[in-house]
Amino acid sequence: MTSKTLSVANRPAAVVAIILFAIAVITYWDASLMKVRASYGMSASAASYFVAILFAALAIGHLVSAFRPRDVEAEVTDWKAVSWIGLGLAGLIGSIWLGGGFILGSTLLFALTARAFGNKAIVKDLCLGAIIGVIIFLMFNKLLTLALPQGPLERLF
Amino acid sequence: MDSLFYLFHGFATAIEPANLIYAAVGVIIGTAVGVLPGIGPALTVALLLPVTFKLDPGGSIIMFAGIYYGGMYGGSTTAILLNTPGESASVVTALEGNKMARSGRGGPALATAAIGSFVAALIATIGLAFLAPMLVKVAVKFGPWDYFGLMLIAFVTVSATFGSSPLRGLTSLAFGLWLGLMGIDQLTGQARLTFGVPELLDGVEVTTLAVGLFAIGEALIVASRHLYKPEKPIPVKGSIWMSKEDWKRSWKPWLRGTVIGFPIGALPAGGAEIPTFLSYNIERKLSKKPEEFGYGAIEGVAGPEAANNASAAGTLVPLLTLGLPTSATAAVMLAGFQQYNIQPGPLLFTQHADLVWGLVASLFIANVMLLVLNLPLVGLWVRLLKIPLPWLYAGILVFASMGTIAANPSVVELLLLTGFGVIGFFMRKFDYPIAPAVVGLILGPLADSALRRSLQMSLGDPMILFQHWSSAIMICIAVIALVAPFLFRGLSRFQQDED
Repeated sequence: MTSKTLSVANRPAAVVAIILFAIAVITYWDASLMKVRASYGMSASAASYFVAILFAALAIGHLVSAFRPRDVEAEVTDWKAVSWIGLGLAGLIGSIWLGGGFILGSTLLFALTARAFGNKAIVKDLCLGAIIGVIIFLMFNKLLTLALPQGPLERLF
Repeated sequence: MDSLFYLFHGFATAIEPANLIYAAVGVIIGTAVGVLPGIGPALTVALLLPVTFKLDPGGSIIMFAGIYYGGMYGGSTTAILLNTPGESASVVTALEGNKMARSGRGGPALATAAIGSFVAALIATIGLAFLAPMLVKVAVKFGPWDYFGLMLIAFVTVSATFGSSPLRGLTSLAFGLWLGLMGIDQLTGQARLTFGVPELLDGVEVTTLAVGLFAIGEALIVASRHLYKPEKPIPVKGSIWMSKEDWKRSWKPWLRGTVIGFPIGALPAGGAEIPTFLSYNIERKLSKKPEEFGYGAIEGVAGPEAANNASAAGTLVPLLTLGLPTSATAAVMLAGFQQYNIQPGPLLFTQHADLVWGLVASLFIANVMLLVLNLPLVGLWVRLLKIPLPWLYAGILVFASMGTIAANPSVVELLLLTGFGVIGFFMRKFDYPIAPAVVGLILGPLADSALRRSLQMSLGDPMILFQHWSSAIMICIAVIALVAPFLFRGLSRFQQDED
């Protein structure tokens, strides 16, 4: 890469090392807040400390491998497709958060995921998604008596 | 001979009409998802967990087992006709099976896979019925320290020993262990790692993690790689029946595959990939026509398929007798038991004897159903491959998110699911294994409580783990299994994949 003697050959490993180290610190900090101690044996914070140490060790391992050439080949990623799915999931979460209900949310999720996989006929996918959403809703709420989040559409049934 | 008595009793449970229907639904769903690319049995069971929440426990568990067995059958169909294995256990089957299909011998390839799976699952389920009670007799004597040792072995073998990179495997495991810490501590009532979010007090649901990592992560990676141009399955021409020579060349590989698959599946080293690779290599060495290997040798389909199904049955031994999952599917099935407050382990065989033996008997019945369903109806299953992938994955995502909010209708749960999906995407992208995370989340809290109970009994002396020879040996094995891959790089030849 560059003329530097220590060059980061495996950038993802370096990023993972930082994340792992951050989790280790958070876990350690969380464990230090736990005040109730066991009368004998191991208290509840011991497992947290253990996991924190494990994370720190793994972070060091990743840091070491960051200076070695990558053993996993980089591949092309279509971020556009990924963001279509992300948008679909956001649509579902938003719909439920704002009280739009399950059917609206799952219709959005279905159509946007199909878009991510290259389907261009968005109206057709919206219709199909809505039909599937209605069927699932009826099956769940009437047959299995599991409550799915309700919105204006669901109250019609 | 107690086993036989219980088994007959189990058959009485299994042939109740309701349970027969559960088994049939299980094998049909299992075969379908096995055939479809991208969905394995682990994901299917995870998706169905919330749906079966209010159904009869015995029936649901019979259905899950049907899905497990069915997924193994269905995966071979895709591997032979499409060269894209539906699940990782049938990667080896694709090597010879697809070549056979290309040269017009798809029928016999499917037949030897199906009959071999049947023979192997039959023998292995008999093995399960006789081995499990013996193991239970040993397991009731286990102290918490022994369980701790066992779980250490499971942690290490699942994450480090057979993966492509011990570092990445252990990282995945640590992620699962970390999620397992979240929530209220059982013994002292303190909150761990909940960051003041009340929804996290109950801990992270195994199903949310499994569905996020498997379903959403998989959809994201498939979309990002543009893998959505469907391949055309090779049409099955000519007779689907095997000739006399095919039978002659198949029966020994079936039996050898079973002998290899069952014990390896039963060991806490888990996974169906290792036995399938072993079986393939052995058949290639023993074959009278080694020159056919690589060009469609029937032994190369018969052996690995038998090994694959035998190890699936083998995995149920540690799961039922010790509560120890050794594959992702077994881990999700354990979550299925737990959702009905049934804890697999030695006590299961006394407290829920009806359920266990009904399950074992159902496995025999499911196996027969699969043979009947698969061979004559193979054309029907292949038609499933015509579903356009955009709709298939869109449907999977809708079903996945629906299952999650049905079990726990909150936005936090959906955010977790999405978060796990994104993590699953990056884990796949950078080749981190998924299964250790799920196993870590399930077994982490159990290992924690086993260790703490041991230390309470010893009044805080950690040496208790080494004062019992049984736990001392198990901890030694775990340490060796952890160190071995760093010493012998060659072990990574037995690479293990998901499911």
